[in-house]
Amino acid sequence: MSARNPGTELDLGSISRVQVNQPAVIRHAEQIQARRTVKKDWQAAWLLRAVTCIDLTTLSGDDTPSNIHRLCYKAKHPIREDLLRAMNMHDKGITTAAVCVYPARVADAVKALKAAGCNIPVASVATGFPAAQTSLKNRLEEIRIAVEDGAREIDIVINRTLVLTGQWEGLYEEIRQFRQACGDAHMKTILATGELGSLTNVYKASMVAMMAGSDFIKTSTGKEAVNATLPVGIVMVRAVRDFYWKTGNKVGFKPAGGIRSAKDALTWLVLMKEELGDEWLKPDLFRLGASTLLSDIERQIYHHVTGRYAAYHDLPMA
Amino acid sequence: MAGAAGGRPSVWGIYSSMEYGPAPEGAGPAQAWLETHGRSFGHFVDGKWLKPEGRETASSTNPATGELLATTLQGAPEDVEAAVQAAAKAFEAWSRLPCHARARHLHNMARTIQKHQRLLALLESLDTGKPIGEARDRDLPLVVRHFYHHTGWAQLMGTEMGGWKPLGEYLAQRVRFPRPVLELCACLWNTVVLLPPPRARLSALLLAELGAQAGLPPGVLNVLTGEGALAGGLAAHPGVDAVALAGSVEVGRSLRRATAGRGPRLSLQLGGDTLAIVFDSADLDGAAVGLSNAVSCQRGPAPGAGALLLVQEAVAGALLQRLRARLGKLRVGDPLDKAMDGGALADEAQRGAIEAYVEEARAEGAEIFQAWAALPARGPFYPPTMITGVATTSRCVREEILGPVLVVLSFRTAKEAVALGNNRPSGLAASVWTENLPLAMEVAQSLHVGTVWINGQNLFDAAAGVGGTKESGNGWDGGKEGLYEYVRPSWQSRPRPGPAELDYKTFAASSGAAPPPVPGHSGVARPELEENMPRVDRTYKLYYGGAQKRPEGMASLPVLDPAGNVLAYVADGSAKDIRNAVEAAHKAAPGWGKRAAHARAQVLYYVAENLELRREEVASRLGALTGAPPKEAQREVDLALERLFHWAAFCDKSGGAVQETPLHGTTLQLRQPLGVVGVACPDERPLLSFLSLLAPAVARGNAVVMVPSSRYPLPALDLCQIFDTSDVPGGVVNIVTGNRDHLSRTLAQHQDVHAMWYFGSPQGSQFVEWASAGNLKRTWVSHGAPRRWEDPAQGAGEEFLYQATQCKNIWIPMGEIFAN
Repeated sequence: MSARNPGTELDLGSISRVQVNQPAVIRHAEQIQARRTVKKDWQAAWLLRAVTCIDLTTLSGDDTPSNIHRLCYKAKHPIREDLLRAMNMHDKGITTAAVCVYPARVADAVKALKAAGCNIPVASVATGFPAAQTSLKNRLEEIRIAVEDGAREIDIVINRTLVLTGQWEGLYEEIRQFRQACGDAHMKTILATGELGSLTNVYKASMVAMMAGSDFIKTSTGKEAVNATLPVGIVMVRAVRDFYWKTGNKVGFKPAGGIRSAKDALTWLVLMKEELGDEWLKPDLFRLGASTLLSDIERQIYHHVTGRYAAYHDLPMA
Repeated sequence: MAGAAGGRPSVWGIYSSMEYGPAPEGAGPAQAWLETHGRSFGHFVDGKWLKPEGRETASSTNPATGELLATTLQGAPEDVEAAVQAAAKAFEAWSRLPCHARARHLHNMARTIQKHQRLLALLESLDTGKPIGEARDRDLPLVVRHFYHHTGWAQLMGTEMGGWKPLGEYLAQRVRFPRPVLELCACLWNTVVLLPPPRARLSALLLAELGAQAGLPPGVLNVLTGEGALAGGLAAHPGVDAVALAGSVEVGRSLRRATAGRGPRLSLQLGGDTLAIVFDSADLDGAAVGLSNAVSCQRGPAPGAGALLLVQEAVAGALLQRLRARLGKLRVGDPLDKAMDGGALADEAQRGAIEAYVEEARAEGAEIFQAWAALPARGPFYPPTMITGVATTSRCVREEILGPVLVVLSFRTAKEAVALGNNRPSGLAASVWTENLPLAMEVAQSLHVGTVWINGQNLFDAAAGVGGTKESGNGWDGGKEGLYEYVRPSWQSRPRPGPAELDYKTFAASSGAAPPPVPGHSGVARPELEENMPRVDRTYKLYYGGAQKRPEGMASLPVLDPAGNVLAYVADGSAKDIRNAVEAAHKAAPGWGKRAAHARAQVLYYVAENLELRREEVASRLGALTGAPPKEAQREVDLALERLFHWAAFCDKSGGAVQETPLHGTTLQLRQPLGVVGVACPDERPLLSFLSLLAPAVARGNAVVMVPSSRYPLPALDLCQIFDTSDVPGGVVNIVTGNRDHLSRTLAQHQDVHAMWYFGSPQGSQFVEWASAGNLKRTWVSHGAPRRWEDPAQGAGEEFLYQATQCKNIWIPMGEIFAN
């Protein structure tokens, strides 16, 4: 991980006049998808890079130790060994970036990864995920317990009430406290953008989250009606860039929710490269929150290596 | 597979660097098409290939690689003749087809193009160096859209364009794809000879072949290839009824002069880089994206042109920081690569020309930012470039740079932004960036351009025309506004004045004053005596700025009655009087143009009311002047009154429309005043024609400088008192009497007159057209053909409304609602 973002004082003046023009953002999003593409070996290499940025995620009511166990092993072996070998990539340490689970499953995941001999971090969602409609005390306590259980990354979710009622100071204070509760664990701040009402609010919430010391800002819980869309991503990475220009601190970005295809993953990588530069193409500053994305990437890699389209049974499920 | 084999990076290498790789589009289909023609093309005339012997050939090459694609012919005058004859022959049957049949033809053309989109895009990219993505994703869909849109117009022409008919035979000479094609759709009411630009011939030839495949009758669409010089011969050909050109301002001027007085309609779309204005209330990132697109995109309103950016001083630093970041990310290179933002320049000469502007700016102390990293090592490419720290006096600001160059000026206030934006001769398109709605709309209204994009850039659709103002010419493509380029009023036949040898230097250079009878002559009228008291002398003066003025030259001209006796003297106006009148008109025009439509109508009704009061007197004076019997004179006054009502009625009924483009938002068409219009009135029906011309111009918000009939100036002058007492603001109507051609000469040459209407001799018409090349003002001339002013079709048709306004399309995207 790169140096952590220490955050700054809350500077509302710098964001109060910002207006995001939605039609212009949407046109830009269409253009990014149309104007850039990678083919052949470049596509395979980019997809492998995407794999290393995945927070392989399960956030379901029916999660149990057994599917957490499977998930962790898939995180360790995201692409079939022989496929990697064909590209001479088998010894390059290709794993996903992390596994991401509910707080109650952190211990299971830590145990499974240890058994697999895998040092990737466990990320836990926290703070009343996904709605954040619990008391601040509970939300803070949840972070502390997840960290005690071995989570090295905490995906906190912000209090949308504070955004929609314009209480930016309150939001800043809450996130500050979350950051303190995280201790050494890296903090990703989920903005739940689908519930913020406007792209301008997305921008402002991004800036406040970074001022409050987030290591990452993340689009969605995956539970909102609208999740990681490219226009939202554009607005958030512009905020990341503005924060970097202003403070010199690099904050990571994590789109999550609804990212299912290899093509989606490439589009997000293109967005990072175009808007923030190559530094933001590595797992310390870029993550993809996803559960089914990996299997599509593996299918594409299979096709790239063998020239055939894979059957369901050709690739091990997570 | 480990490591790089033959320079090709390994997966590990790419994984580590995360560079973009090549993404070439296979040129196979285009090469195959070229092969089937043996890479050698003739003209496409009368539905088949025409390859006359003995012509020189020209090579079409891929500008990015120099690879020879094919050879085409350098047309000769005989070829022009063959093409014009084929088109003329085809026009007879084509123009008689029912609307629905022409609609089917256009529809089939659209379908055929749609089937071969990929081929057309590839060929265009190969031949011109334009990125394939742009050709494929933007140009071709727009072309197809234009054909479908105009299929609709072809179907509806009978009902929606009643009172108009096709012109005849059309010459389209256009600079770059897709322009020639867009042009075609609408002008396909006529038959067409297309002369593609020398450096982009192949897609036009393919299109002609597709047209034949789609079943267009032979001769409806003909394509000639040749050097630009061929255009001169074509334009001057008596069989050509209209000429459309998209090209440089200089070519436009020379074509204007070459066709002056010959009668063909001229539709010019000239040069004109994009203007962008960014306010401190803008989404700066949105603006930076839009501007970097404008710089890289070869398909702005003027293909390949750069842009002038005006940025509010308070946010200049923040915007330029974003622009540098973005321009640095643009990719320029192999046009057939799907992931390129910019392709190849036409040739080294173009690069040299761009370089000259940039180096001159550098020498002036400007700061130059260039994204060299984007560039391939070899080939005719130029990096995206931004020039800051220049002033309005710099050549790179005044002139248009054909290349990926953004020139930046800063401004302090919105008023200054508009002033700077309008302080340039071109007027094609502008983008306005602000989140402040009242500001955006006010600036959009105030800019003298044909298209305004609010918080956007380079939005196009067939339903909204593209055209310009000032030196960008006044030709329009697309929308209903574009249709008027291709039609003439049903009652009118094409004027065919004999091409006169006119000495432009001396024509009407003086008023040629003092024809007899002069003082001392026996026919001179003296003040009548009434009971031994002389009547008080009546002196007619000039009328401008809302007051009666004596002429600068202090000279008078006699006005004769039908018997040849002097009825009165009127002022012999001169160039200086015209100058003063134009100045007065300019003072009044902005306020009058902004006056509420209802208020303008009220003024015209008031004029009618006061004219009615003096109906008998005006009629009797008219009779005394022209010799018309009392009944006839009465009728002329009554018709004039009706004309005033007619145009007063139109004050609040033709201000524009909503264009049905695919934009999520509104595309607003405004029909705005031209500004200051010079009007030279005919001798026939002196009162009726004077008011028939004045009323529509004034109703639509223009200020006019009227030159009444030299022979019958009195009815116009009699109206001055009526204007004075009818709340017509001073300067809106100005009247200068004298020698019509002499005064028209000054008006046509005046750089700050926006349009010139001339109803007089063929020679005067020719001069007006020739002189209008100076500022490329709009002209409307009679070529000496009289009209029946009492006929509503001829004296008050839609033509008047069209001539009295100019279009502006404002694109207003919407959208803020998001998710929950």
